[in-house]
Amino acid sequence: MMKAKIIITPKKAVLDPQGKTVQTALAHMGYTDVGAVHVGKYIEIELNETDREKARTQIDDACHKILSNPVIEDYRFEIE
Amino acid sequence: MNFAVLQFPASNCDQDAVHVLRNVFGHSARLVWHKEAALGEVDAVVVPGGFSYGDYLRTGAIARFSPVMQAVQQFAANGGLVLGICNGFQILCEAGLLPGALIRNRSLQFRCEHIFLKTATSDSPFTNQIPADKLLRVPIAHGEGCYFADEAMLQTLRSENRVLWRYVNAQGEPVETANPNGSLDNIAGICNEKRNVAGLMPHPERASEALLGSEDGRLIFTSLLHALDSGKVAALK
Repeated sequence: MMKAKIIITPKKAVLDPQGKTVQTALAHMGYTDVGAVHVGKYIEIELNETDREKARTQIDDACHKILSNPVIEDYRFEIE
Repeated sequence: MNFAVLQFPASNCDQDAVHVLRNVFGHSARLVWHKEAALGEVDAVVVPGGFSYGDYLRTGAIARFSPVMQAVQQFAANGGLVLGICNGFQILCEAGLLPGALIRNRSLQFRCEHIFLKTATSDSPFTNQIPADKLLRVPIAHGEGCYFADEAMLQTLRSENRVLWRYVNAQGEPVETANPNGSLDNIAGICNEKRNVAGLMPHPERASEALLGSEDGRLIFTSLLHALDSGKVAALK
């Protein structure tokens, strides 16, 4: 069995108020070296597929169609 | 006229929309469950507000793949009128029927209040009866209503007159302080290229009776009905 590990992040051009708020909180807590923070999502998907390339194609398709919104988000993933 | 009002798990403004269409305007409105694959004989579709599928993944992301949305895609492709309100707007953007996306409010707060809208063009089935200088006082109730589109798309929306409503102050100015969620260009609602699909974050169905403090939202439904009456809409029969 394979596992896809997917990371979805807001695009750089998109306002990320969550990241901004976390960044401010970190600075207030004394983490003075903290720069820009981006808050995204992590998704794990178990796959019954045995062919790694097929798994890759499927996950890429799913990321594009539903798991991320290409207008506002970027994604990357690895298959284990 | 026959309206279809879609109903997803966790839609919560569906009954409000049905109430206004039936009891305020005297038209027929039917609730269409998300698993239905056909809309039936309808003249227009309302995609109501709420939190379809618990807003899981992203607002509207799951709803757009429901069977009824495939029927809405077809209905819209045939020129039928589709109005998305709040979560309905989010669903229509996810479905690609409208450009851009609605993201988390800039303040991170859920905003629930009356705001003022200025109608940017009367050239649409959703705005044709709204006087140019009339400000609409209608409520918003959302946590993710910040409209985003890339610069090229914003230019297109402006040059094609597809921004229908902007958030403004009581003087009708689209200033930053009147923007409740951080929407680019104070955009509250837009339409598609063919102008038969529109979405907005504010709730006209909650501002259609004097008892509720404002009747300004009626003008949007009146516009829609006028467009249907005048036969300019080639709705799927």
